[in-house]
Amino acid sequence: MFIRKNPSVLAFLAILAIFTLTVTVMSEAGGTGAIPTSMVKTLGKTLCLALAALAMDLVWGYAGILSLGHMAFFALGGYMIGQWLMYARTGEIVTATLMNAQIPPTATEIRDGIAGQIFGVVGSAELPLTWAFAGSLPMQLLLVLAVPGIFAFLFGWLAFRSRVNGVYLSILTQAMTLALALWLYQNDSGFRGNNGLSGLQNIPGLTHVSQADISVWFLWASAAALALCYVLAAWLVSGKFGSVIRAIRDDESRVRFLGYSVEAYKMTVFTLSAMICAIAGALYYPQAGIINPAELAPIASIYLAVWVAIGGRGRLYGAVIGAVVVSLLSSWFTGGRAPDLNLGFYTVNWVDWWQVLLGLAFVCVTLFAPRGLSSIIDALAGLRPPMRRGKDLGPDLGALRESEAEA
Amino acid sequence: MTALLEVSGVSKSFDGFKAINNLSFSIGARELRAVIGPNGAGKTTFMDIVTGKTRPDQGQVLWGEKSQSLLKLSEAQIARAGVGRKFQRPTVFEDQSVAGNLTMALKAPRGPFRVLRWKPSEHSSQRIAELASEVGLGDQLARKAGELSHGQKQWLEIGMLLAQEPRLLLVDEPAAGMTLAEREQTTTLLRRLAETRAVVVVEHDMDFVRRLACRVTVLHQGAVLAEGSLDHVSANPEVIEVYLGR
Repeated sequence: MFIRKNPSVLAFLAILAIFTLTVTVMSEAGGTGAIPTSMVKTLGKTLCLALAALAMDLVWGYAGILSLGHMAFFALGGYMIGQWLMYARTGEIVTATLMNAQIPPTATEIRDGIAGQIFGVVGSAELPLTWAFAGSLPMQLLLVLAVPGIFAFLFGWLAFRSRVNGVYLSILTQAMTLALALWLYQNDSGFRGNNGLSGLQNIPGLTHVSQADISVWFLWASAAALALCYVLAAWLVSGKFGSVIRAIRDDESRVRFLGYSVEAYKMTVFTLSAMICAIAGALYYPQAGIINPAELAPIASIYLAVWVAIGGRGRLYGAVIGAVVVSLLSSWFTGGRAPDLNLGFYTVNWVDWWQVLLGLAFVCVTLFAPRGLSSIIDALAGLRPPMRRGKDLGPDLGALRESEAEA
Repeated sequence: MTALLEVSGVSKSFDGFKAINNLSFSIGARELRAVIGPNGAGKTTFMDIVTGKTRPDQGQVLWGEKSQSLLKLSEAQIARAGVGRKFQRPTVFEDQSVAGNLTMALKAPRGPFRVLRWKPSEHSSQRIAELASEVGLGDQLARKAGELSHGQKQWLEIGMLLAQEPRLLLVDEPAAGMTLAEREQTTTLLRRLAETRAVVVVEHDMDFVRRLACRVTVLHQGAVLAEGSLDHVSANPEVIEVYLGR
């Protein structure tokens, strides 16, 4: 029933499955080896970014909340899983070293050893309170959801209840991610300051497994998370709940007079989307291997918004397409693999000029194709926006313009 | 007859300008009432106060049998308590279908998690079809509200109000921009609605108020100037001076 009403979900899942299988078959782990492990990791990370874009589309494209701080939740998820990865891995090494001594080490000795190893770099040997659960995987997995969730809930509670809207809310979210980044930069905040957490690609207990295998496992995990969250998001936005949040985007005060508590809905969507972002981050950083406070820089969240805008906001596949296309293009251009463009009088070096190209693409999409890349799919599917002679769909600035509306 | 809504001694000023000045007003559970007054008389502010959009500086707004104060409730809570509001220009959700608009308005639990679990039932789809045909949109259920004509949007919004099943309906200038035939239809509808609930019509157009044939409250400078039948208030010299005479 749900699939019949949303055929795009089935198409999306099929494409995702084919993609994942193809990469697996061509990977170095038991495959032909046509795709190197580093590329498998890049593709796995791209799926995580697509998941973050999906979360962004829920808050921005559907509920009309332009959050420019969503990557803070992504990074928080990464930090939470990173704590366990680093603690457990260091624990293995420390235990192995101490075992060579004549007297077997006590639990306290191992703990002190781990603390010294992890925090020596910031001039401390004490395990901070924030690492209290670092030894337990289930606890840290719970924190992956709980910390960003509670953080987003509190932020939403403060911002939405005071009816902060539009550009002011965007600025507030920027301030949030910047403040969090600045706090994490401090050595005494308990997250190793600007060193961040590293060595996350080494999964504790799996030292005998090659990175080639692990990269494929993470690719599958990322694809599964993306698939599950896509179905969840599609279910959310297709029912009455989706109807209400789109109504909030288009005319918030009218929704209030219908008896819906706009704040409660915004908080629900914002918190849920922060948690999806956190899952994406928790899968991303073990593939990236390192996380530091620079990941929370406001620019990262702005990129997220750009992906969703270029892909097409207000439709879930649009966000995924945008994130995949732009982030893969970005790594191709900035990786130095793009051939320089010789204009005779000037040579365009894409490493420098990529950002200009991206900015230009963003401006063009905003001006000429407000539904972004997903308008190609709409054209194929024969969807047409209704003619409203240029009138806006709602009185709010955040409301969709005519040309963006679903057909 | 006990009053459904009782507004007493309410004042509200914006930057020193007294929009509402010691206003008292009450309406019974099944009554049609027209509120008239010149521009700036405080008609819109009065509706804003009742619906919770604006908080008065002083005074009381009591609701229902238990005389519950509306001043501490949010707009959404007041709407859930049973106050419906029809805006002057049609405000429907243009990006969504007629059925979607009506579904959202349909009386049902409003919390996010209850709404998540909500599923269309035999009863709900029947009710939506019923409401749609009542406002003449029976064959337009699948269309986007944005594609409807101005008049159809007005009717859709009325349908949404009916779906909410409010006990008090505040209607802001329903006759604005309507043809004569549409006005006729609207008066009939408002009169019929007032048989089962309280309806307050804020109106500029005296001709339309005459058609409603109900009690009239005249507002002037944020206070009640006169109240009674239209003939009674039109005979009032003060009313003539500030409003009708011009």
